[in-house]
Amino acid sequence: MTWLAAQPQGIPLPKPSELSAPHWEAAKNGELRVQRCENGHYVFIPLPACNYCWSTKLEWVKTSGKGTLYSMSIVYRPQTPAFQIPYVVGIMEMEEGWFIMSNVINAELENVKIGMPLKVTFTKMSDDIALPYFEPA
Amino acid sequence: MTKVNPLHGAAIVGVYNTKQGRLLEGETSQSLVLEATLGAIKDAGLTPKDIDGVISGGWGGVSGPGDMIRQLGSRPSWFGSGGADINGVMNAAMAIGMGLCETVVISSAQAGAYRDHSGTAPWVRPTNEFVECWGLFTAAEFALLAKRHMYKYGTKPEALAEVASAIRMNGSKNPGAVYYGREATPEDVLNSRMVADPFHLLDICTTTEGGAGMVLTSVEKAREMGIKPVYILGAAVEQQGAAYKEPPVWDKFGWSGRWGGKKMFEQAKMTTKDIDICEFYDNFSFDVIRLLEVYGFCGEGEGGDFVMGGRVRIDGELPVTTDGGLMSFSHPAMPQAMQRVISGVLQLQGRAVNQVKHKRVQNILTENYGGGALFTNQMIISNQPAQQ
Repeated sequence: MTWLAAQPQGIPLPKPSELSAPHWEAAKNGELRVQRCENGHYVFIPLPACNYCWSTKLEWVKTSGKGTLYSMSIVYRPQTPAFQIPYVVGIMEMEEGWFIMSNVINAELENVKIGMPLKVTFTKMSDDIALPYFEPA
Repeated sequence: MTKVNPLHGAAIVGVYNTKQGRLLEGETSQSLVLEATLGAIKDAGLTPKDIDGVISGGWGGVSGPGDMIRQLGSRPSWFGSGGADINGVMNAAMAIGMGLCETVVISSAQAGAYRDHSGTAPWVRPTNEFVECWGLFTAAEFALLAKRHMYKYGTKPEALAEVASAIRMNGSKNPGAVYYGREATPEDVLNSRMVADPFHLLDICTTTEGGAGMVLTSVEKAREMGIKPVYILGAAVEQQGAAYKEPPVWDKFGWSGRWGGKKMFEQAKMTTKDIDICEFYDNFSFDVIRLLEVYGFCGEGEGGDFVMGGRVRIDGELPVTTDGGLMSFSHPAMPQAMQRVISGVLQLQGRAVNQVKHKRVQNILTENYGGGALFTNQMIISNQPAQQ
Protein backbone atom coordinates (compact mmCIF):
# COMPACT_ATOMS: atom_id res chain seq x y z
CA MET A 1 0.00 0.00 0.00
CA THR A 2 1.19 3.52 -0.76
CA TRP A 3 0.02 6.41 1.40
CA LEU A 4 -0.61 9.69 -0.45
CA ALA A 5 0.38 12.87 1.38
CA ALA A 6 0.61 16.57 0.59
CA GLN A 7 3.76 17.59 -1.27
CA PRO A 8 6.72 18.93 0.73
CA GLN A 9 7.92 22.53 0.74
CA GLY A 10 9.83 23.48 -2.37
CA ILE A 11 7.28 22.71 -5.06
CA PRO A 12 6.37 25.66 -7.31
CA LEU A 13 3.62 27.66 -5.59
CA PRO A 14 0.88 29.76 -7.16
CA LYS A 15 1.58 33.45 -7.67
CA PRO A 16 -1.89 34.96 -7.26
CA SER A 17 -3.02 37.53 -9.80
CA GLU A 18 -5.32 40.44 -9.04
CA LEU A 19 -8.14 38.32 -10.45
CA SER A 20 -7.36 35.17 -8.48
CA ALA A 21 -6.24 36.73 -5.18
CA PRO A 22 -9.60 36.18 -3.39
CA HIS A 23 -9.38 32.43 -4.12
CA TRP A 24 -5.93 32.11 -2.53
CA GLU A 25 -6.75 34.53 0.32
CA ALA A 26 -9.77 32.37 1.25
CA ALA A 27 -7.65 29.22 1.06
CA LYS A 28 -5.43 30.60 3.83
CA ASN A 29 -8.56 30.71 5.99
CA GLY A 30 -9.56 27.16 5.10
CA GLU A 31 -12.31 28.14 2.68
CA LEU A 32 -12.78 27.04 -0.94
CA ARG A 33 -14.14 30.13 -2.65
CA VAL A 34 -15.12 30.38 -6.31
CA GLN A 35 -16.73 33.08 -8.46
CA ARG A 36 -20.53 33.01 -8.86
CA CYS A 37 -22.36 35.52 -11.02
CA GLU A 38 -25.61 37.28 -10.17
CA ASN A 39 -27.50 34.65 -12.18
CA GLY A 40 -26.03 31.77 -10.18
CA HIS A 41 -23.41 30.49 -12.64
CA TYR A 42 -20.14 29.25 -11.14
CA VAL A 43 -16.91 30.39 -12.82
CA PHE A 44 -13.58 28.60 -12.30
CA ILE A 45 -10.79 29.27 -13.10
CA PRO A 46 -11.54 32.97 -12.52
CA LEU A 47 -12.63 35.40 -15.24
CA PRO A 48 -13.59 39.09 -15.35
CA ALA A 49 -17.11 38.15 -16.55
CA CYS A 50 -19.33 35.06 -16.41
CA ASN A 51 -18.61 32.84 -19.43
CA TYR A 52 -22.26 31.75 -19.60
CA CYS A 53 -24.29 34.99 -19.29
CA TRP A 54 -21.43 37.55 -19.37
CA SER A 55 -22.54 39.30 -16.23
CA THR A 56 -19.69 41.21 -14.63
CA LYS A 57 -21.40 41.02 -11.24
CA LEU A 58 -19.33 38.20 -9.80
CA GLU A 59 -19.04 37.31 -6.14
CA TRP A 60 -16.46 35.04 -4.47
CA VAL A 61 -18.74 32.60 -2.67
CA LYS A 62 -17.80 29.95 -0.14
CA THR A 63 -18.50 26.43 -1.44
CA SER A 64 -19.13 23.14 0.32
CA GLY A 65 -15.74 21.75 -0.68
CA LYS A 66 -17.45 18.44 -1.50
CA GLY A 67 -17.30 16.67 -4.81
CA THR A 68 -16.46 13.45 -6.62
CA LEU A 69 -13.35 12.35 -8.49
CA TYR A 70 -14.19 12.89 -12.19
CA SER A 71 -10.86 11.72 -13.63
CA MET A 72 -7.39 10.94 -12.30
CA SER A 73 -3.83 10.03 -13.22
CA ILE A 74 -1.20 8.46 -10.98
CA VAL A 75 2.06 10.24 -11.76
CA TYR A 76 5.37 8.39 -11.39
CA ARG A 77 7.60 10.77 -13.38
CA PRO A 78 7.56 14.07 -11.46
CA GLN A 79 7.04 17.35 -13.28
CA THR A 80 10.28 18.45 -11.56
CA PRO A 81 12.36 16.71 -8.87
CA ALA A 82 10.65 18.95 -6.27
CA PHE A 83 7.63 16.62 -6.33
CA GLN A 84 7.53 13.33 -4.40
CA ILE A 85 6.17 10.38 -6.36
CA PRO A 86 3.78 8.80 -6.78
CA TYR A 87 1.12 11.50 -6.65
CA VAL A 88 -2.45 11.55 -7.94
CA VAL A 89 -3.64 14.44 -10.08
CA GLY A 90 -7.38 14.62 -10.39
CA ILE A 91 -10.28 16.60 -11.73
CA MET A 92 -12.90 17.08 -9.05
CA GLU A 93 -16.54 17.61 -10.05
CA MET A 94 -17.83 19.78 -7.24
CA GLU A 95 -21.27 19.57 -5.65
CA GLU A 96 -22.21 22.96 -7.12
CA GLY A 97 -21.38 21.74 -10.66
CA TRP A 98 -17.95 23.27 -11.28
CA PHE A 99 -14.60 21.53 -11.84
CA ILE A 100 -11.19 21.98 -10.18
CA MET A 101 -7.84 20.23 -10.57
CA SER A 102 -5.85 19.19 -7.50
CA ASN A 103 -4.13 16.20 -5.90
CA VAL A 104 -5.87 13.45 -3.92
CA ILE A 105 -4.14 12.91 -0.55
CA ASN A 106 -4.71 11.26 2.85
CA ALA A 107 -5.62 8.00 1.13
CA GLU A 108 -4.08 4.72 0.12
CA LEU A 109 -3.13 5.00 -3.56
CA GLU A 110 -4.80 1.67 -4.29
CA ASN A 111 -8.15 2.96 -2.99
CA VAL A 112 -8.35 6.06 -5.18
CA LYS A 113 -10.98 5.50 -7.88
CA ILE A 114 -12.93 7.63 -10.33
CA GLY A 115 -16.35 8.39 -8.85
CA MET A 116 -15.23 8.38 -5.19
CA PRO A 117 -16.57 11.17 -2.94
CA LEU A 118 -13.97 13.72 -1.85
CA LYS A 119 -13.72 16.84 0.29
CA VAL A 120 -11.27 19.70 0.32
CA THR A 121 -8.44 19.87 2.87
CA PHE A 122 -5.94 22.70 3.08
CA THR A 123 -2.18 22.43 3.61
CA LYS A 124 -0.17 25.52 4.47
CA MET A 125 2.82 25.71 2.11
CA SER A 126 4.09 29.23 2.88
CA ASP A 127 2.96 32.42 4.62
CA ASP A 128 1.02 33.35 1.49
CA ILE A 129 -0.24 30.04 0.15
CA ALA A 130 -2.38 27.18 1.45
CA LEU A 131 -3.15 24.57 -1.19
CA PRO A 132 -6.64 23.04 -1.53
CA TYR A 133 -5.94 19.31 -1.70
CA PHE A 134 -8.71 16.70 -1.72
CA GLU A 135 -9.20 13.66 0.56
CA PRO A 136 -11.79 10.88 0.84
CA ALA A 137 -15.07 12.24 2.22
CA MET B 1 -22.86 33.45 -53.83
CA THR B 2 -20.30 30.71 -54.26
CA LYS B 3 -17.45 30.91 -51.79
CA VAL B 4 -14.01 30.70 -53.32
CA ASN B 5 -11.67 28.79 -51.03
CA PRO B 6 -8.27 30.54 -51.06
CA LEU B 7 -6.65 27.32 -49.84
CA HIS B 8 -7.39 25.83 -53.26
CA GLY B 9 -5.15 28.41 -54.90
CA ALA B 10 -1.97 27.14 -53.22
CA ALA B 11 0.11 23.97 -53.34
CA ILE B 12 2.94 22.49 -51.31
CA VAL B 13 6.02 22.15 -53.53
CA GLY B 14 8.96 21.60 -51.18
CA VAL B 15 9.59 19.94 -47.82
CA TYR B 16 12.70 19.34 -45.74
CA ASN B 17 13.64 17.77 -42.42
CA THR B 18 17.04 18.51 -40.89
CA LYS B 19 18.66 15.73 -38.98
CA GLN B 20 16.74 15.00 -35.79
CA GLY B 21 18.26 13.83 -32.54
CA ARG B 22 17.85 13.61 -28.82
CA LEU B 23 20.79 16.04 -28.65
CA LEU B 24 22.41 17.60 -31.72
CA GLU B 25 25.95 18.56 -30.71
CA GLY B 26 27.19 21.72 -32.33
CA GLU B 27 23.77 22.78 -33.59
CA THR B 28 21.68 25.73 -32.45
CA SER B 29 18.09 26.66 -33.17
CA GLN B 30 19.46 29.31 -35.55
CA SER B 31 21.71 26.93 -37.49
CA LEU B 32 18.90 24.40 -37.85
CA VAL B 33 16.24 26.87 -38.91
CA LEU B 34 18.55 28.18 -41.62
CA GLU B 35 19.22 24.65 -42.87
CA ALA B 36 15.47 23.89 -42.79
CA THR B 37 14.62 27.05 -44.73
CA LEU B 38 17.24 26.62 -47.45
CA GLY B 39 16.62 22.87 -47.62
CA ALA B 40 12.91 23.31 -48.30
CA ILE B 41 13.58 25.98 -50.97
CA LYS B 42 16.09 23.69 -52.67
CA ASP B 43 13.70 20.71 -52.47
CA ALA B 44 11.20 22.81 -54.43
CA GLY B 45 13.86 23.51 -57.07
CA LEU B 46 13.77 27.22 -56.21
CA THR B 47 16.22 29.78 -54.83
CA PRO B 48 15.72 32.35 -52.04
CA LYS B 49 15.06 34.95 -54.76
CA ASP B 50 11.77 33.15 -55.50
CA ILE B 51 10.51 33.63 -51.94
CA ASP B 52 8.14 36.52 -51.21
CA GLY B 53 6.50 35.23 -48.04
CA VAL B 54 7.92 33.91 -44.74
CA ILE B 55 6.68 32.21 -41.63
CA SER B 56 9.62 31.42 -39.39
CA GLY B 57 9.99 31.01 -35.68
CA GLY B 58 9.41 28.60 -32.90
CA TRP B 59 10.69 27.60 -29.54
CA GLY B 60 14.11 28.19 -28.10
CA GLY B 61 15.63 31.39 -29.40
CA VAL B 62 14.61 31.27 -33.05
CA SER B 63 13.73 34.79 -34.08
CA GLY B 64 10.70 35.77 -36.11
CA PRO B 65 10.05 36.26 -39.83
CA GLY B 66 11.88 39.61 -40.03
CA ASP B 67 15.29 38.09 -39.41
CA MET B 68 14.63 35.33 -41.94
CA ILE B 69 13.43 37.82 -44.57
CA ARG B 70 16.74 39.68 -44.09
CA GLN B 71 18.67 36.42 -44.34
CA LEU B 72 16.95 35.66 -47.64
CA GLY B 73 17.86 39.02 -49.15
CA SER B 74 15.64 41.74 -47.63
CA ARG B 75 13.05 41.73 -50.41
CA PRO B 76 9.58 43.07 -49.46
CA SER B 77 7.69 39.98 -48.31
CA TRP B 78 4.43 38.84 -46.82
CA PHE B 79 4.93 37.49 -43.31
CA GLY B 80 2.78 35.33 -41.08
CA SER B 81 2.77 35.43 -37.32
CA GLY B 82 1.81 31.80 -36.83
CA GLY B 83 4.07 28.86 -36.18
CA ALA B 84 5.35 26.07 -38.38
CA ASP B 85 2.22 23.98 -38.01
CA ILE B 86 -1.08 23.35 -39.80
CA ASN B 87 -2.19 26.84 -38.80
CA GLY B 88 0.95 28.27 -40.42
CA VAL B 89 0.47 26.18 -43.58
CA MET B 90 -3.13 27.44 -43.77
CA ASN B 91 -2.06 31.06 -43.28
CA ALA B 92 0.55 30.74 -46.01
CA ALA B 93 -1.92 29.08 -48.39
CA MET B 94 -4.57 31.73 -47.73
CA ALA B 95 -2.06 34.54 -48.34
CA ILE B 96 -1.09 32.92 -51.66
CA GLY B 97 -4.75 32.26 -52.52
CA MET B 98 -5.56 35.93 -51.87
CA GLY B 99 -2.67 37.04 -54.07
CA LEU B 100 -0.74 38.71 -51.24
CA CYS B 101 2.37 36.80 -52.27
CA GLU B 102 3.27 33.89 -54.53
CA THR B 103 5.80 31.64 -52.78
CA VAL B 104 6.10 31.17 -49.01
CA VAL B 105 8.73 29.36 -46.97
CA ILE B 106 7.77 28.10 -43.50
CA SER B 107 10.43 26.94 -41.07
CA SER B 108 11.18 26.29 -37.42
CA ALA B 109 13.77 24.50 -35.34
CA GLN B 110 14.90 23.96 -31.79
CA ALA B 111 18.17 22.85 -30.21
CA GLY B 112 19.50 23.41 -26.74
CA ALA B 113 16.26 24.27 -24.92
CA TYR B 114 16.11 20.99 -22.97
CA ARG B 115 19.44 19.56 -21.87
CA ASP B 116 18.74 19.03 -18.14
CA HIS B 117 16.49 15.97 -18.10
CA SER B 118 15.89 15.83 -14.32
CA GLY B 119 12.47 17.42 -14.93
CA THR B 120 10.08 17.23 -17.85
CA ALA B 121 10.77 19.37 -20.95
CA PRO B 122 10.05 23.08 -20.41
CA TRP B 123 7.52 23.24 -23.25
CA VAL B 124 5.39 20.50 -21.64
CA ARG B 125 5.31 22.18 -18.23
CA PRO B 126 2.75 25.01 -17.94
CA THR B 127 3.39 27.51 -15.15
CA ASN B 128 -0.23 28.53 -14.57
CA GLU B 129 -1.21 29.08 -10.92
CA PHE B 130 -4.02 26.48 -11.10
CA VAL B 131 -1.88 23.81 -12.80
CA GLU B 132 1.78 23.88 -11.83
CA CYS B 133 1.42 23.30 -8.07
CA TRP B 134 -0.38 19.98 -8.68
CA GLY B 135 2.60 18.54 -10.53
CA LEU B 136 0.79 18.62 -13.85
CA PHE B 137 2.52 18.50 -17.22
CA THR B 138 1.12 17.69 -20.65
CA ALA B 139 1.28 13.89 -20.20
CA ALA B 140 -0.84 14.14 -17.04
CA GLU B 141 -3.27 16.59 -18.67
CA PHE B 142 -3.86 14.24 -21.63
CA ALA B 143 -4.03 11.32 -19.17
CA LEU B 144 -7.02 12.96 -17.47
CA LEU B 145 -8.94 12.78 -20.77
CA ALA B 146 -7.77 9.24 -21.51
CA LYS B 147 -8.74 7.94 -18.07
CA ARG B 148 -12.26 9.35 -18.33
CA HIS B 149 -12.62 7.73 -21.77
CA MET B 150 -11.45 4.42 -20.34
CA TYR B 151 -13.87 4.78 -17.40
CA LYS B 152 -16.79 5.73 -19.64
CA TYR B 153 -16.26 3.34 -22.57
CA GLY B 154 -14.04 0.59 -21.19
CA THR B 155 -11.13 1.45 -23.50
CA LYS B 156 -8.22 -0.86 -22.67
CA PRO B 157 -4.50 -0.15 -22.14
CA GLU B 158 -3.85 -2.79 -24.84
CA ALA B 159 -5.52 -0.50 -27.42
CA LEU B 160 -3.29 2.42 -26.43
CA ALA B 161 -0.27 0.11 -26.63
CA GLU B 162 -1.27 -1.07 -30.12
CA VAL B 163 -1.31 2.55 -31.34
CA ALA B 164 2.08 3.32 -29.79
CA SER B 165 3.56 0.10 -31.19
CA ALA B 166 2.22 0.73 -34.70
CA ILE B 167 3.73 4.22 -34.82
CA ARG B 168 7.02 3.22 -33.17
CA MET B 169 7.42 0.37 -35.68
CA ASN B 170 7.09 2.96 -38.48
CA GLY B 171 9.84 5.03 -36.89
CA SER B 172 12.06 2.01 -36.38
CA LYS B 173 12.21 1.59 -40.17
CA ASN B 174 12.87 5.27 -40.92
CA PRO B 175 16.61 6.16 -41.02
CA GLY B 176 15.70 9.81 -40.39
CA ALA B 177 13.92 8.97 -37.14
CA VAL B 178 15.52 9.54 -33.76
CA TYR B 179 14.51 6.00 -32.77
CA TYR B 180 15.54 4.32 -36.04
CA GLY B 181 16.06 0.63 -35.36
CA ARG B 182 14.16 0.75 -32.08
CA GLU B 183 11.18 -1.56 -32.50
CA ALA B 184 8.40 -1.78 -29.90
CA THR B 185 5.71 -4.44 -29.62
CA PRO B 186 2.48 -3.76 -27.71
CA GLU B 187 3.95 -5.86 -24.90
CA ASP B 188 7.05 -3.62 -24.85
CA VAL B 189 4.77 -0.61 -24.45
CA LEU B 190 2.80 -2.22 -21.62
CA ASN B 191 6.01 -3.34 -19.90
CA SER B 192 7.67 0.08 -20.08
CA ARG B 193 7.61 2.09 -16.86
CA MET B 194 4.48 4.04 -15.96
CA VAL B 195 4.87 7.82 -16.28
CA ALA B 196 1.35 9.21 -15.84
CA ASP B 197 -1.25 6.46 -15.67
CA PRO B 198 -2.53 5.23 -18.16
CA PHE B 199 0.53 6.36 -20.12
CA HIS B 200 3.64 4.17 -19.99
CA LEU B 201 6.92 5.64 -21.18
CA LEU B 202 6.34 4.22 -24.68
CA ASP B 203 2.78 5.63 -24.87
CA ILE B 204 4.37 9.08 -24.78
CA CYS B 205 6.25 11.04 -27.42
CA THR B 206 9.97 11.64 -27.15
CA THR B 207 11.61 15.06 -26.81
CA THR B 208 14.28 15.93 -29.35
CA GLU B 209 16.12 18.61 -31.30
CA GLY B 210 15.71 19.33 -35.00
CA GLY B 211 14.12 21.51 -37.65
CA ALA B 212 11.72 21.38 -40.58
CA GLY B 213 10.84 23.55 -43.57
CA MET B 214 8.16 23.74 -46.26
CA VAL B 215 7.52 25.80 -49.39
CA LEU B 216 4.11 26.65 -50.83
CA THR B 217 3.37 28.46 -54.04
CA SER B 218 0.41 29.26 -56.27
CA VAL B 219 -1.24 26.36 -58.07
CA GLU B 220 -0.43 28.06 -61.39
CA LYS B 221 3.27 28.31 -60.62
CA ALA B 222 3.36 24.79 -59.11
CA ARG B 223 2.08 23.31 -62.38
CA GLU B 224 4.92 24.98 -64.30
CA MET B 225 7.60 23.62 -61.97
CA GLY B 226 7.77 20.05 -63.24
CA ILE B 227 7.24 18.51 -59.79
CA LYS B 228 4.37 16.73 -58.04
CA PRO B 229 2.43 19.46 -56.23
CA VAL B 230 0.44 18.60 -53.13
CA TYR B 231 -2.91 20.36 -52.91
CA ILE B 232 -4.78 21.53 -49.82
CA LEU B 233 -8.40 20.45 -50.12
CA GLY B 234 -9.73 21.56 -46.76
CA ALA B 235 -8.49 22.78 -43.40
CA ALA B 236 -9.69 24.27 -40.14
CA VAL B 237 -8.29 25.25 -36.78
CA GLU B 238 -10.32 24.85 -33.61
CA GLN B 239 -9.70 26.07 -30.09
CA GLN B 240 -12.18 25.58 -27.28
CA GLY B 241 -10.64 26.95 -24.15
CA ALA B 242 -7.65 28.03 -22.09
CA ALA B 243 -5.05 25.35 -22.76
CA TYR B 244 -3.25 24.04 -19.68
CA LYS B 245 -5.19 26.36 -17.36
CA GLU B 246 -8.73 25.00 -16.99
CA PRO B 247 -9.40 21.32 -16.22
CA PRO B 248 -9.47 19.06 -19.35
CA VAL B 249 -12.97 17.71 -18.66
CA TRP B 250 -13.85 14.95 -21.16
CA ASP B 251 -17.54 15.87 -21.36
CA LYS B 252 -16.62 19.45 -22.34
CA PHE B 253 -13.50 18.98 -24.45
CA GLY B 254 -13.31 15.33 -25.47
CA TRP B 255 -14.52 16.06 -29.00
CA SER B 256 -11.96 18.79 -29.69
CA GLY B 257 -11.50 18.84 -33.47
CA ARG B 258 -15.00 17.70 -34.45
CA TRP B 259 -16.28 21.22 -35.22
CA GLY B 260 -13.17 22.06 -37.23
CA GLY B 261 -13.08 18.62 -38.80
CA LYS B 262 -16.60 19.07 -40.17
CA LYS B 263 -15.58 22.34 -41.84
CA MET B 264 -12.49 20.65 -43.28
CA PHE B 265 -14.47 17.73 -44.76
CA GLU B 266 -17.07 20.15 -46.20
CA GLN B 267 -14.39 22.19 -47.99
CA ALA B 268 -12.87 19.01 -49.42
CA LYS B 269 -16.33 17.60 -50.30
CA MET B 270 -15.23 14.39 -48.63
CA THR B 271 -16.03 11.96 -45.85
CA THR B 272 -13.77 9.64 -43.85
CA LYS B 273 -14.22 7.03 -46.62
CA ASP B 274 -12.09 9.20 -48.93
CA ILE B 275 -9.12 9.31 -46.54
CA ASP B 276 -6.27 6.89 -47.30
CA ILE B 277 -3.78 7.72 -44.52
CA CYS B 278 -3.96 9.71 -41.26
CA GLU B 279 -0.89 11.67 -40.23
CA PHE B 280 -2.04 12.28 -36.65
CA TYR B 281 -0.13 14.19 -33.96
CA ASP B 282 0.84 11.32 -31.67
CA ASN B 283 1.93 13.15 -28.55
CA PHE B 284 0.15 10.44 -26.56
CA SER B 285 -1.15 7.10 -27.79
CA PHE B 286 -4.71 7.77 -26.61
CA ASP B 287 -5.18 10.85 -28.76
CA VAL B 288 -5.03 8.74 -31.93
CA ILE B 289 -7.98 6.72 -30.59
CA ARG B 290 -9.79 9.94 -29.69
CA LEU B 291 -9.22 11.46 -33.14
CA LEU B 292 -10.59 8.40 -34.94
CA GLU B 293 -13.83 8.97 -33.00
CA VAL B 294 -13.74 12.77 -33.39
CA TYR B 295 -13.58 12.60 -37.19
CA GLY B 296 -16.03 9.70 -37.41
CA PHE B 297 -13.83 6.84 -38.63
CA CYS B 298 -15.69 4.93 -35.92
CA GLY B 299 -18.41 5.65 -33.37
CA GLU B 300 -18.02 7.29 -29.97
CA GLY B 301 -16.22 4.98 -27.59
CA GLU B 302 -15.28 2.57 -30.39
CA GLY B 303 -11.77 3.89 -31.07
CA GLY B 304 -10.11 1.30 -28.84
CA ASP B 305 -11.62 -1.60 -30.77
CA PHE B 306 -11.05 0.15 -34.11
CA VAL B 307 -7.26 0.25 -33.79
CA MET B 308 -6.91 -3.48 -33.01
CA GLY B 309 -6.11 -6.17 -35.54
CA GLY B 310 -3.44 -4.14 -37.34
CA ARG B 311 -5.87 -1.64 -38.84
CA VAL B 312 -3.68 1.44 -38.22
CA ARG B 313 -0.35 -0.25 -38.98
CA ILE B 314 1.63 0.66 -42.09
CA ASP B 315 0.15 -2.27 -44.06
CA GLY B 316 -3.32 -1.89 -42.56
CA GLU B 317 -6.63 -0.50 -43.73
CA LEU B 318 -5.88 3.01 -42.38
CA PRO B 319 -2.15 3.60 -41.78
CA VAL B 320 -1.47 6.24 -39.12
CA THR B 321 1.58 8.51 -38.65
CA THR B 322 3.78 6.73 -41.16
CA ASP B 323 7.16 8.39 -40.44
CA GLY B 324 7.16 7.40 -36.76
CA GLY B 325 5.64 10.62 -35.50
CA LEU B 326 6.40 12.41 -32.25
CA MET B 327 6.97 9.06 -30.57
CA SER B 328 9.81 7.88 -32.75
CA PHE B 329 10.61 10.33 -35.56
CA SER B 330 11.01 13.60 -33.62
CA HIS B 331 9.44 16.13 -31.22
CA PRO B 332 11.59 19.30 -31.10
CA ALA B 333 8.85 21.60 -29.63
CA MET B 334 7.47 23.14 -32.87
CA PRO B 335 8.73 21.43 -36.06
CA GLN B 336 6.88 18.19 -35.18
CA ALA B 337 3.58 19.93 -35.98
CA MET B 338 4.57 20.69 -39.59
CA GLN B 339 6.34 17.32 -39.78
CA ARG B 340 2.89 15.67 -39.65
CA VAL B 341 2.15 17.48 -42.92
CA ILE B 342 5.61 16.74 -44.35
CA SER B 343 5.12 13.03 -43.73
CA GLY B 344 1.86 13.20 -45.70
CA VAL B 345 3.47 15.18 -48.53
CA LEU B 346 6.21 12.55 -48.91
CA GLN B 347 3.55 9.80 -49.09
CA LEU B 348 1.59 11.70 -51.75
CA GLN B 349 4.73 12.28 -53.82
CA GLY B 350 5.69 8.61 -53.54
CA ARG B 351 9.00 9.28 -51.81
CA ALA B 352 8.26 8.33 -48.20
CA VAL B 353 10.66 5.92 -46.51
CA ASN B 354 7.69 3.81 -45.38
CA GLN B 355 5.84 4.33 -48.64
CA VAL B 356 2.31 2.87 -48.51
CA LYS B 357 1.96 0.61 -51.54
CA HIS B 358 -0.84 -1.85 -50.73
CA LYS B 359 -3.61 0.70 -51.24
CA ARG B 360 -4.43 3.98 -52.95
CA VAL B 361 -2.53 7.01 -51.62
CA GLN B 362 -4.46 10.09 -52.73
CA ASN B 363 -5.99 11.91 -49.75
CA ILE B 364 -4.29 12.31 -46.39
CA LEU B 365 -5.74 13.73 -43.18
CA THR B 366 -3.10 15.60 -41.18
CA GLU B 367 -3.67 16.88 -37.65
CA ASN B 368 -1.94 18.87 -34.88
CA TYR B 369 -2.11 19.15 -31.08
CA GLY B 370 -5.16 17.43 -29.57
CA GLY B 371 -7.64 17.02 -26.77
CA GLY B 372 -5.63 17.76 -23.65
CA ALA B 373 -4.56 21.05 -25.23
CA LEU B 374 -8.22 21.96 -25.94
CA PHE B 375 -7.23 22.80 -29.52
CA THR B 376 -7.04 20.59 -32.58
CA ASN B 377 -6.06 21.70 -36.09
CA GLN B 378 -6.66 19.58 -39.20
CA MET B 379 -6.03 19.62 -42.93
CA ILE B 380 -6.67 17.29 -45.87
CA ILE B 381 -3.90 17.22 -48.48
CA SER B 382 -4.02 15.41 -51.81
CA ASN B 383 -2.08 14.75 -54.99
CA GLN B 384 -5.28 15.64 -56.88
CA PRO B 385 -6.47 19.26 -57.12
CA ALA B 386 -9.68 20.42 -55.45
CA GLN B 387 -12.93 19.67 -57.29
CA GLN B 388 -14.53 22.99 -58.16
